[in-house]
Amino acid sequence: MTAVAEPAGPARGAARRPHPGKVTQTRVLTSEWIKFRSLRSSYWSLLVGCGAMIGLGLLFSMVITSKWDTMSPLRRRDFDAITVPLRGYFLGQLAVGVLGVMVVTGEYSTGMIRASLSAVPKRLPVLWAKATVFAVAVWLTTTATAFVCFFIGQGFFSGKHIQADLSTPGALRVVIGTGLYLTVVGLLGVGLGTVIRSTAGAIAALFATLLVLPVLGEVLNFTSWGDKVNPYLPSNAGQALLAVHTEASGQMRPWPGFALFAGYAVAVLAVAAYLLKRRDA
Amino acid sequence: MIEARSLTKRYGAKAAVTDLSFTVRPGVVTGFLGPNGAGKSTTMRMILGLDRPTSGTVTVNGADYAAHSAPLHEVGALLEAKAIHTGRTAYNHLLALAATTGIPRSRVDEVIDLVGLREVARKRAGGFSLGMGQRLGIASALLGDPDTLILDEPVNGLDPEGILWIRNLLKDLAAEGRTVFVSSHLMSEMALTAEHLIVIGQGRLIADTSVAEFISRASSGSVKVRSPQAAELRELLAGPDVTVSSADEGTLTVEGLSSDRIGVIAAENRITLFELAPKEASLEEAFMELTGDAVEYRAPGQKPGAGAGSPTGTGAAGTAAQTDTDVEVTA
Ligand SMILES: Nc1ncnc2c1ncn2[C@@H]1O[C@H](COP(=O)(O)OP(=O)(O)O)[C@@H](O)[C@H]1O
Ligand SMILES: [Mg+2]
Repeated sequence: MTAVAEPAGPARGAARRPHPGKVTQTRVLTSEWIKFRSLRSSYWSLLVGCGAMIGLGLLFSMVITSKWDTMSPLRRRDFDAITVPLRGYFLGQLAVGVLGVMVVTGEYSTGMIRASLSAVPKRLPVLWAKATVFAVAVWLTTTATAFVCFFIGQGFFSGKHIQADLSTPGALRVVIGTGLYLTVVGLLGVGLGTVIRSTAGAIAALFATLLVLPVLGEVLNFTSWGDKVNPYLPSNAGQALLAVHTEASGQMRPWPGFALFAGYAVAVLAVAAYLLKRRDA
Repeated sequence: MIEARSLTKRYGAKAAVTDLSFTVRPGVVTGFLGPNGAGKSTTMRMILGLDRPTSGTVTVNGADYAAHSAPLHEVGALLEAKAIHTGRTAYNHLLALAATTGIPRSRVDEVIDLVGLREVARKRAGGFSLGMGQRLGIASALLGDPDTLILDEPVNGLDPEGILWIRNLLKDLAAEGRTVFVSSHLMSEMALTAEHLIVIGQGRLIADTSVAEFISRASSGSVKVRSPQAAELRELLAGPDVTVSSADEGTLTVEGLSSDRIGVIAAENRITLFELAPKEASLEEAFMELTGDAVEYRAPGQKPGAGAGSPTGTGAAGTAAQTDTDVEVTA
């Protein structure tokens, strides 16, 4: 629209002001970071998730150390100094998953999504920015927490000379992998939240995928299908990265397993992007 | 400038907006009037690209809303339902929106002062009253200093002082040459704020006219006369452009003659008058007459035209009922 033929108002020139305020992916990232850091639920979820990881790691390490002297040789053989202190990831994934869902569904339940999408009508930059901000925040905090858990555990174990260190084969991979696995769990939550748009529905779908599918998969173990399906279920594949030995257990190899898990998340995010773009807000 | 061309929106089988075409011009406040469920909010969501039209197009400042590189500078919008995360403070809400398009913090402070939310800017929006929420919504709309403003029922939940503030704000914004498009289901409110009117009912265009024209068309100018000599008077008033009807004995409704003229005729013929009352249709009546057939929610047995904003059933009508009491200040 250039100078309109309509009677122009007194305070307005004929020419339109140039607009420097282009929407860019970087600016949308900044916006999503402001949104993330300005909600208490972000801090609470991360605090609960990381707290549970540390708490559970502490508990396992402490109990095993105190019972070590009276433990049967069989149980001693099953003990793994690398994975035991990190067992808390199982609780951590609940908190991280819920946060990932809420980052999106919180906008739908409050109506904020309409403000977000009016500001960024191309829409997809909002999804990418949300996913990025969330992934970086979760990855940094959970990776740091994984290292803390690892070292706490080794502190206990060193009293019995059963500790591992980061140079133990598989140790660094499992510690780093814990943060990566949890980040992808969260991204799965972001994707499902965008697809389903309701908090309860998306959380149910996420936990059904991560927790219920593997249990249902166990039924297949009574048939010849077990080996063909179970290793490739999302959480089974992703958790291959968190195991020191995968050969005997029939799991996928660690990195291919994780790549498949990440692939599932990418697929869900792709569906989310398609629906976000198409649907009415 | 907003241009809608054959805009149609269906939700499943339900047609919310049907073949709607109109143009909203800069420089004046344009009222978007229609009873509840008429399709005002749906139309506004389509303008903002939030809902996709089933068919037809709508452009803002010459292009699809989504095609603008700096949308918040083109259009500022206040939507009907609050579009604010309840867990975030007013300041952070505005800051996050501002960041998408590089608007500085100083502008965020400016709009907070402009809408009078300074004291509560650092409080979470979840605790805001309806009026405070509306003010925050208006602050979001003004953030980008936009050329076009779209406000869906902005006086909703505001006290009389707030309503007056909005009216003046909208007029000032229009006087600056901006396009201002405001919806309401209350004719009385529109008569005080808008210069131009786009009236819809059941998703279809009913009128696209200036408020002045709408009002003059509304004043039908019939005169009610009560007299013990009604039959005699009726004979005397008869003329080519005059219609006289009689609801009951002793009462006449006269169209085509002014009350002055009727009084003179009666006096000259020594006819006693008990009542001589010029009857002007109120704006609200005119609006209802116009939209009478198009009112969506009506209680069974209720007269057509008496239904706008009646609290029957739906949530939309429920909020409307509340506004009615809030807003009906003058007509
Ligand atoms: N998302 C939706 N899904 C289904 N029906 C809708 C939706 N939005 C609006 N409608 C229907 O479309 C009609 C117009 O609604 P709306 O635009 O809100 O009217 P107004 O704002 O004029 O009161 C109503 O009958 C409403 O029930
Ligand atoms: Mg509405």
